Amino acid sequence: MAADVRTIKAEKTQVLALAPTAMPKLKEKGVEAALFLTAATSVAITLGIVGVLVYESIGFFGQVSLGRFLTETQWTPLFADPHYGILPLVSGTLVTTCIALLVAVPVGSLTAIYLSEYAAARLRETVKPALELLSAVPTVVYGYFALLFVTPLLQRIWHDLPGFNMLSAGLVIGLMIVPYVSSVSEDAMRAVPRSLREGAYALGATRMQTAMRVVFPSALSGVAAAYVLGVSRAIGETMVVAIAAGMQPTLTWNPLEPAATMTAYIVQVSLGDLPHGSIGYQTIFAVGLSLLLLTLLFNIAGHVLRKRYRQAY
Amino acid sequence: MFFANDTDKRIEAGRHGGTISRSKLADRLFALLGLLAMLSALLALSALLLQLTADGAGRISSQFLTSYPSRFPEQAGILTAWVGTILVMFVTALAAVPLGVGAAIYLEEYAPNNWMTDVIEINIANLAGVPSIVYGLMALGLLVYQFHLGQSILTAGLTLAMLILPMIIIATREAIRSVPPHMREAAYALGATKWQTVRDHVVPYSLGGILTGLILALSRAVGETAPLITIGALSFIAFLPHPPFQHEFPFLSWQWLLDPFTVLPIQMFNWISRPQEAFHVNAAAAGLVLIVMTLAMNALAIYIRARYRKRMHW
Repeated sequence: MAADVRTIKAEKTQVLALAPTAMPKLKEKGVEAALFLTAATSVAITLGIVGVLVYESIGFFGQVSLGRFLTETQWTPLFADPHYGILPLVSGTLVTTCIALLVAVPVGSLTAIYLSEYAAARLRETVKPALELLSAVPTVVYGYFALLFVTPLLQRIWHDLPGFNMLSAGLVIGLMIVPYVSSVSEDAMRAVPRSLREGAYALGATRMQTAMRVVFPSALSGVAAAYVLGVSRAIGETMVVAIAAGMQPTLTWNPLEPAATMTAYIVQVSLGDLPHGSIGYQTIFAVGLSLLLLTLLFNIAGHVLRKRYRQAY
Repeated sequence: MFFANDTDKRIEAGRHGGTISRSKLADRLFALLGLLAMLSALLALSALLLQLTADGAGRISSQFLTSYPSRFPEQAGILTAWVGTILVMFVTALAAVPLGVGAAIYLEEYAPNNWMTDVIEINIANLAGVPSIVYGLMALGLLVYQFHLGQSILTAGLTLAMLILPMIIIATREAIRSVPPHMREAAYALGATKWQTVRDHVVPYSLGGILTGLILALSRAVGETAPLITIGALSFIAFLPHPPFQHEFPFLSWQWLLDPFTVLPIQMFNWISRPQEAFHVNAAAAGLVLIVMTLAMNALAIYIRARYRKRMHW
């Protein structure tokens, strides 16, 4: 009996020795806290972005009213007679974005339909990485391509096309966002259950009829998300427009003319040497804030749409 | 009567056959259209690569790789640019990799299901959609003018690190999520703590995916131009940063962190913006070096992904 008690006691102390002591527990807590801090960094970055843009924009809007900013039709902050209407920059951004969409939506959607409904698995696995290379090419290289390949090509059709124009910049941005549009729409279409397709085939539909009348409509919100994300990319694209579209802010809807976008204006000012704190310096933050809000709007719309197609089936 | 019936039947069959063959034709044409769309994108990509090679390949020489920028296009080179790119990437990787992987581990393995986690997740999704130039504006206002880091390699590296952080987090989370839960449960059953499980099991198993994501993110950073222009990166740098190694103790020097710099994409942009044809040739050559760098990184990522996929059998 006494011996039993002793062995049990001995076992107990052994178990105690094996049990986690305070040190490893502390270490676990420490690791978790450190990992939490790394995750919180991303929130700090967002706060930094919003903080800087809002702080400098407040300085700007202290001198220029929001009404003038949104309604004036001239953007000449660095001239002797300054005007601060953002409309010319917005028109440039919209024109290049629309041209980009005219390229990316048909090419991206047709590619997605082909890959998801027609192509054999092997072809798909070869083509997808190749398409992804389109988004791996540095944007400054796309700028070179737009200025020195696409524009000369277009000048053979329109002989009086200026060397800088929104058309070639928009076309090249469109090419750049094709992989975004095609991969997100393809994912959405492949998420459509097989049974829907087979139902259509059983009724005698061809693959085209199935793709256009069954798969595409079912995947519509995902496809729309792909377009919206593409728009947001095109709006934020900088180097192609800075290189190929010229940097003069002009209020024009004609894609054959040169014009500056919001991003190109920021680049143009950054290339110069504006004193910190001057109103010229503050303009790029006001433009940056407008850009951020515009892309945020599209990104949120994209996320909402994407969530919807994920929940559908 | 007999004849009429037969003709009717034939007409009927003909009409249906017409619909079917018309549908089949439309189907074929549509497939062709899709194929053409896909090929046109790939064709444009090859046109870009061919044009760049045709313009720039002849200019690449050891002189081009080892010369400083110059007013004379034929004497100019990309020495400062590629040295700058490597140093900036070093800072970017050093800052972004631990932060990004750490954040991903936290969100996948540790994060409780509460509002704070939701905020972090939504925030990362939104950061991934912020245009790159906005990161440049933030770095200009905060790093350059508030923290007085100057227009230096350090500022550039940190700016790009913030830019690729969401990409790294998203890719790492996907890799970690692909490790089946029973691996973790087996480790717990053997008495491993959470951190031991993560360090010795989850991270090693997902290493292929994590590395792929890291390399792809860094290849994006190599080509980024806009945010670095925004922080005011000079493009005419005719000297190298301080060397990171020195002969006396402590042998490592960090002075280069605060040196001004240029990188390949900025050098290329600078040459494109000049009117002279000869500088455009230099730009094409610099672009070729840049694109070979990014494509090599992409190829490496694809290789690693394929290799690890083959090795993993759960």
